Amino acid sequence: MGAIRLENVRKTFGNIDVIPGVDLEINDGEFVVFVGPSGCGKSTLLRLIAGLEDVTSGKIMINDVDMADASPAKRGLSMVFQSYALYPHMTVYNNIAFGLKMAGESKAVIEEKVRNAAKILNLTDYLDRRPGALSGGQRQRVAIGRAIVRNPAAFLFDEPLSNLDAALRVNMRLEITGLHQELKTTMIYVTHDQVEAMTMADKIVVLQAGRVEQVGKPMELYTNPANKFVAGFIGSPKMNFIEGDYAKARDCHCVGIRPEHFAISQESGDIPATVKIAEHLGAETYLHVNADNIGPMTIRATGEVPLGEHDRIWLTPDAERIHRFDANDKALSR
Amino acid sequence: METNFKSPTGKIAYSVFAWIVGLAIFFPILWMALTSFKSEIDAVNMPPLFFDFNWTLENYTGILEQSNYFKFAMNSIILSFGSTIIGLVFAVTCAWAMAFNPTKRTKDTLLWMLSTKMMPPVGVLVPIYLMFRDWGLLDSRFGLIMVLFLMNLPIMVWMLYTYFKEIPKDILEAARMDGATLPKEIFFVLLPMAVPGIASTMLLNIILAWNEAFWTLNLTTSDAAPLTAFIASYSSPEGLFWAKLSAASTLAVAPILVVGWFSQKQLVRGLTFGAVK
Amino acid sequence: MSTRASTLAGHVMSAPSIIALFLWMIVPLGMTIYFSFLRYNLLSPGMEEWIGFVNYKFFLTDHAFFASLANTLILVGSVLVITVIGGILIGLMLDQAIFGRGILRILVISPFFIMPTVNALVWKNLLMNPVSGFFAWISMSLGFQPIDWFTQAPLTAIIIMVAWQWLPFATLILLTALQSLDRDQKEAAQMDGAGPIAIFFYITLPHLSRAITVVILIETIFLLTVFAEIFVTTGGGPGLATTNIAFLVYTQALLQYDVGGASAGGIVAVILANIVAIFLVRLIGKNLDA
Ligand SMILES: Nc1ncnc2c1ncn2[C@@H]1O[C@H](COP(=O)(O)OP(=O)(O)OP(=O)(O)O)[C@@H](O)[C@H]1O
Ligand SMILES: [Mg+2]
Repeated sequence: MGAIRLENVRKTFGNIDVIPGVDLEINDGEFVVFVGPSGCGKSTLLRLIAGLEDVTSGKIMINDVDMADASPAKRGLSMVFQSYALYPHMTVYNNIAFGLKMAGESKAVIEEKVRNAAKILNLTDYLDRRPGALSGGQRQRVAIGRAIVRNPAAFLFDEPLSNLDAALRVNMRLEITGLHQELKTTMIYVTHDQVEAMTMADKIVVLQAGRVEQVGKPMELYTNPANKFVAGFIGSPKMNFIEGDYAKARDCHCVGIRPEHFAISQESGDIPATVKIAEHLGAETYLHVNADNIGPMTIRATGEVPLGEHDRIWLTPDAERIHRFDANDKALSR
Repeated sequence: METNFKSPTGKIAYSVFAWIVGLAIFFPILWMALTSFKSEIDAVNMPPLFFDFNWTLENYTGILEQSNYFKFAMNSIILSFGSTIIGLVFAVTCAWAMAFNPTKRTKDTLLWMLSTKMMPPVGVLVPIYLMFRDWGLLDSRFGLIMVLFLMNLPIMVWMLYTYFKEIPKDILEAARMDGATLPKEIFFVLLPMAVPGIASTMLLNIILAWNEAFWTLNLTTSDAAPLTAFIASYSSPEGLFWAKLSAASTLAVAPILVVGWFSQKQLVRGLTFGAVK
Repeated sequence: MSTRASTLAGHVMSAPSIIALFLWMIVPLGMTIYFSFLRYNLLSPGMEEWIGFVNYKFFLTDHAFFASLANTLILVGSVLVITVIGGILIGLMLDQAIFGRGILRILVISPFFIMPTVNALVWKNLLMNPVSGFFAWISMSLGFQPIDWFTQAPLTAIIIMVAWQWLPFATLILLTALQSLDRDQKEAAQMDGAGPIAIFFYITLPHLSRAITVVILIETIFLLTVFAEIFVTTGGGPGLATTNIAFLVYTQALLQYDVGGASAGGIVAVILANIVAIFLVRLIGKNLDA
């Protein structure tokens, strides 16, 4: 069981309001991802939940008990650190067993749980090694193993994959998703990798400057961003924002159109533009264009498009998928 | 920035030169060791005898038979190890706090500790002497252990602090998440990881305490006097037995010389407070 | 890691050391300052009275003070020059690929581990004795009259002993700094056509400047209070020839029992040391931020 509720959680360092006040509901068994730009307070929020930092004010309800003043150990959560934070002087076995030993479990219980976790994580052959003799992916698995055996109410991950190379990252992503499906334990996962957020999350929390900008299912954030920040942050390449006359004609301050929501024609259309750079990736093509009276935009076309520098094109946005924002960057209804 | 010698001859010539310089620097120690194996007559022979003298162990047996040599040696051991162990308890806790729970004042506190180390001992000689006299601590091992411990505490805190700083905080936090209490966090996680740093801190402290010769000379007369005072007693005219002096000196410096050789790399860090890496 | 609990733990755990050091340094220092304003002689107990700056006046106008101040400065200055220059040269020497470098390095740093009393007596008796010392033999072999070090040049003799003891310290630190010198930098300079001498002055020396500063500051602090070497060899003499401030204070306190005068002298020594310490603490403090 691991339902977590943050009630008006604030955190100040000195006189800097890093988290000015966050309310958040995390249901039991949910996979929640915190995303946001660097320095926005993702790690801080996670550490507040973990108990590694004190809240300045507010409540952290874990299974309906306020744990804001409890020590990390009492909260029944496990954390996987970006640096793995394995104990370098202990074997893999002892790394995984440490928490159980601290909890005073019997030797037999420890042995069973460690072996079990090792089996799940494919670590059985490495139990006698020290972390120094493991690969990055293996270390990551040890860190996860250490988290699993304590049977936590929730797992906390702080950018666990950012030290791995791209291929391994995809593997571990799938492994963690698989683990979640198997254990059905609440997971809170911090990342600034969009793909991780979109693919793993049941629920994404977008943070900016310590504030929750929007909470929702991945596709919800993609199709209905609540404001310009979320619209720009979710999706890659970034959404195109158009201000000025083009926006005025549509009764708003700013229009947002994702690169993939344009029809491209070489004869006619809504927005005339000149191609500056065309990036041909095979499966898709990115066009960096200069639109007349508007400026630079990015267009994403599926498949191979025979266009190059100086070509004139006409772009027509998919009317259904135009986003409109007011002067305060809030999204307007379609 | 090593020079690559163009010819092996160049390297040999250069090496010979370097060895001559090195041996010249080491010569007083070598000469002391040689003299310790001479008879008193050979020791003052002119011209000096290098190797062609009657090698004898009589100086060593003479000293070792003098029961009071052991008392002095024992005092040196007790004082240096005692002050080091007490210092370690204080310094580990203090350095842990400063490295992992720094506050706004941590840096100032560290620098203040350092500045106490820069206080010349004569500045506090008088009150310390009077207090020791009034409390009956003159010539007591306990009093001297305290003095040596306090004298070197800033260095120990500093050294441990620089070693602890290199340990990622994450690992201690992981231990905390794993449910370790503070003492367990320190004993099972921090200390095992810091073993090399702790060892070199201890070694440096033992060296400094072993060789300390201001307080040991001023605050002891006989009961608590360590080897520094024992050797100093040879400065009186009756001590003009050079071979014996050499043997006593060799015995007094040999253990610490060995310790020093082993810890030379860490010395730099300890003695410069991390200012040179 | 800043929860209230851990911050509190931090305070609790650092308090013992801080309190201990406070009691050890600040309290006695306060007492020294207080004594320095008293007429206070252990030979006439019960006669203590407040006399203001009289002790300072006596101490600072005494010719013994000037003699010992001069000796202190000469001692510190000479040893610094010898050890820094010697340390750079030997550091450069040990930084080359020579045969048996590890052992040679051990030989060179050994003097640092010799206790001061042994150092002093070995030099005085075995090396510098005018009749049967090793140096006397060298002088005579070269056809010179042996020098009676402790009569003719007592301060020089002390300087040599102390410099020998501190040379390894300078060498070790400068060698460490040399080894951290970027090879690429030197090679780039060679590509630019710099010879070994130009490389030394334009690249090596600037790189060493920080380490040299550290050596100077730290040695100064220790050298200001050289004691044991004087205590076991000359006892400050002949006359005042080898009395430094530390030794002068010691004579006043423990030989003449003049607590007031010795305290005033101690405070003067503290002030002298602090002039150096300020620079050192600043330097290290800056490093702490980096
Ligand atoms: N101990 C601290 N003292 C003062 N400020 C802090 C402290 N820890 C974090 N901050 C500040 O709080 C803000 C949020 O930091 P946090 O580490 O939570 O960001 P983040 O979202 O995890 O960023 P990243 O993606 O780079 O990891 C930053 O501006 C940071 O400078
Ligand atoms: Mg972070």
